[in-house]
Amino acid sequence: MMEVERKTNFSLAINAPQGLSMEQERIAVEVNGLNLYYGDKRALNSITMQVPRNRVTAFIGPSGCGKSTLLRCFNRMNDLVDSCNIDGEITLDKQNIYAKGVDVAELRRRVGMVFQKPNPFPKSIFENVAYGLRIQGIKKKRLINETVEWALKSAALWDEVKDRLHESALGMSGGQQQRLVIARTIAVKPEILLLDEPASSLDPISTLKIEELIHELKKDFTIVIVTHNMQQAARVSDYTAFMYMGDLIEFGTTDQLFTNPVQKQTEDYITGRYG
Amino acid sequence: MMRIGLKQWFSSGLPWIWLNGAAVSINIIMVVGVLALIAVRGLGHFWPAPILQAQVQVQQQSTRLIGSIVDDELVSAEQLRGSGVILPASQESAKRLLIKTGNRDVTRADFLWVLEQDLTSIVYPQEMMALERREWGNFYGRLVALKEAGSMIVDRDNYADEDMWQLFLGRVERSLVIYDDIQSIEKGAIGKINYGMERLRLQQRGLELKNQLTPLLKAQLDAKRSELDQRYAGLQQKLIDLYADLERDSMIAQTMDGTQVEINLSKVVRAYRPNAMTSIEKIAFYISKVWEFVSTEPREANTEGGVYPAIFGTVLMVLLMSVMVTPIGVVAAVYLREYARQGLVTRIIRIAVNNLAGVPSIVYGVFGLGFFIYFLGGNIDQLFFPEAAPAPTFGTPGLLWASLTLALLTVPVVIVATEEGLSRIPRAVREGSLALGATKAETLWRVVLPMASPAIMTGVILAVARAAGEVAPLMLVGVVKLAPSLPLDGNYPFLHLDQKFMHLGFHIYDVGFQSPNVEAARPLVYATAFLLVLVIALLNLSAVAIRNRLREKYKALES
Repeated sequence: MMEVERKTNFSLAINAPQGLSMEQERIAVEVNGLNLYYGDKRALNSITMQVPRNRVTAFIGPSGCGKSTLLRCFNRMNDLVDSCNIDGEITLDKQNIYAKGVDVAELRRRVGMVFQKPNPFPKSIFENVAYGLRIQGIKKKRLINETVEWALKSAALWDEVKDRLHESALGMSGGQQQRLVIARTIAVKPEILLLDEPASSLDPISTLKIEELIHELKKDFTIVIVTHNMQQAARVSDYTAFMYMGDLIEFGTTDQLFTNPVQKQTEDYITGRYG
Repeated sequence: MMRIGLKQWFSSGLPWIWLNGAAVSINIIMVVGVLALIAVRGLGHFWPAPILQAQVQVQQQSTRLIGSIVDDELVSAEQLRGSGVILPASQESAKRLLIKTGNRDVTRADFLWVLEQDLTSIVYPQEMMALERREWGNFYGRLVALKEAGSMIVDRDNYADEDMWQLFLGRVERSLVIYDDIQSIEKGAIGKINYGMERLRLQQRGLELKNQLTPLLKAQLDAKRSELDQRYAGLQQKLIDLYADLERDSMIAQTMDGTQVEINLSKVVRAYRPNAMTSIEKIAFYISKVWEFVSTEPREANTEGGVYPAIFGTVLMVLLMSVMVTPIGVVAAVYLREYARQGLVTRIIRIAVNNLAGVPSIVYGVFGLGFFIYFLGGNIDQLFFPEAAPAPTFGTPGLLWASLTLALLTVPVVIVATEEGLSRIPRAVREGSLALGATKAETLWRVVLPMASPAIMTGVILAVARAAGEVAPLMLVGVVKLAPSLPLDGNYPFLHLDQKFMHLGFHIYDVGFQSPNVEAARPLVYATAFLLVLVIALLNLSAVAIRNRLREKYKALES
């Protein structure tokens, strides 16, 4: 009985358009035989997958399964970890981002990332959003003003902050800060938006706002989201990947993965038998 | 019962609280005690002490004494008897007074120890006056007559005391105005001409060395020089007139033993009659004396006058030191923390840096003298100032080298504090910046360093606190007893980094231990010490204020 109920719950939650299939999608990122090691320990096992363009792809799985690690491979955030080694390739626009001579800063501009905890800079709201533009060397005041306004509007934050753009971002609530970070990330107009458990430190109402925002943003961006919360994955994503112990167990449309998983492990996880 | 009670008392932790409280109290008492001592001793000096007149009875000889009491002490009778003083057998001790009698030009000594019991018929006459003079220290005595251009204009026979005093004050005021004029010409206009002459000389010498001195250029230089010469001659004439004017008036005064002396009014800095002063007048006098102390130059081998050049030198040197130490320390800390591979080498460097902070400061002075002054300065002179040779420009102790030596002395604290600050910046914020496409350098520059700036300021505060109080290395690398001019003035290039300067800390040492007149200098030692503490506190407080503002601005992310 329990299983049936849980399954029904998910199918109610699923929000993705019907009749999606990978064959019809344009591909944004391709992961090919990706292995990642922390020192001697292998954290990702020959991952191969494709991330469809203008869709929301969710990574789910128990803690330590490697979903955040995989996400951080997309913008080479793992480079910051000294002991981390990677082989295999990730292709963005037919270009392997791990090839020699890739400009990592440029890559990260194209692949934006939002972290678990809101991490605004200790600057004003305006300067937070303008940061990426200033890094790119944009000096035109009008362009910056317009972009900041657009980004804040896109992040559904404009109405709340338009009167205090020059106050410190640290005075905002957690949910507002997280949306500010999203605005800051989309202000540089990346192609791909990586969200690493963006709502895990937020209250339910802020979480709802973020989820609505994700829904809006997928028109313009390819979104990859890591989440602990399966309900959330079901609610916001079009495609879902289930990972376990560094392996990609199953990858498919959210609809199919939650209602009719192929792999036994996936079924066990989404029905709550472990994880 | 009692034993259990004691045990319980110990285990309750109460004794530790008492112990801690006692330790804190001792610290506070010591700090407050030091401050109170130097404040009272130093600031009391400026109060107009009453002038007493008394008879001193020593072995049937009675002499008259005029002066003010500056100190007293209790001496044991035995000690006094040992030095030949006859005291009643029952007496065990006697009070001895230190009296400032002034008039060093007449009596050779301006301080006198007398036993209180030897003083008889003590009076405080209203008309007793004190004169502060440009040389020979204070004069105490009675005003007898005034002279103008050598001829008597008023004396006590034809003029009331009070009227003569007022006339005298007016004349003193007049001579002070003339003196100021002379000073401003000598230091300002003539200083400027001298500076210009020196520059012309260097210019000519430089051209000669390069073999570029054409007759045309030489003629130009000569023209400029003769113009300066002309201006100088004009000023010289004016000065001669002013000096003549200054020395027009003089006074006749009577000292304590009845001798009459003539004192030229050009020598008088200040004249007052403390016994006739009301409380308000005394307060006004006090304030003006304190102001004189902090705003004027020293006189008489630093035992009189003010310490303004020393305050100026101290503050300027500390500011320069901060300007130098901050970038050096921050850059080093950034490299150590952000770029260098953490390992044995960085660990050794950190240990070395920490040890550097423990090296005695005089060692830095020796290093500064040997490396900065003789090596660096000597080479700079050869390369850039050959025209000044053999006179050294930077190859001699000076402001730049003193600041640099102190910067070296304080760089460890800035490095340590900055590293501490850098390590506290949340990783999330750095990642946030990197994820937006910023490079590591951009992240450092735009996010990390601003956020670490309060910690950097903490380092600078510690550096300032240490540098401002440092004297030993400065004696080797740039401080002098008396600097003829301030290192910052109106002559191009305005800030003279090669000049020697005065420093409050060294001033204390100099006045206290190198002074020809110990008794006169002692109160100034306390006053200067108090001022030094005050200056350091002010420098520190301003740095703390800057840090608090930065903290408010860049307060770290909560949680």
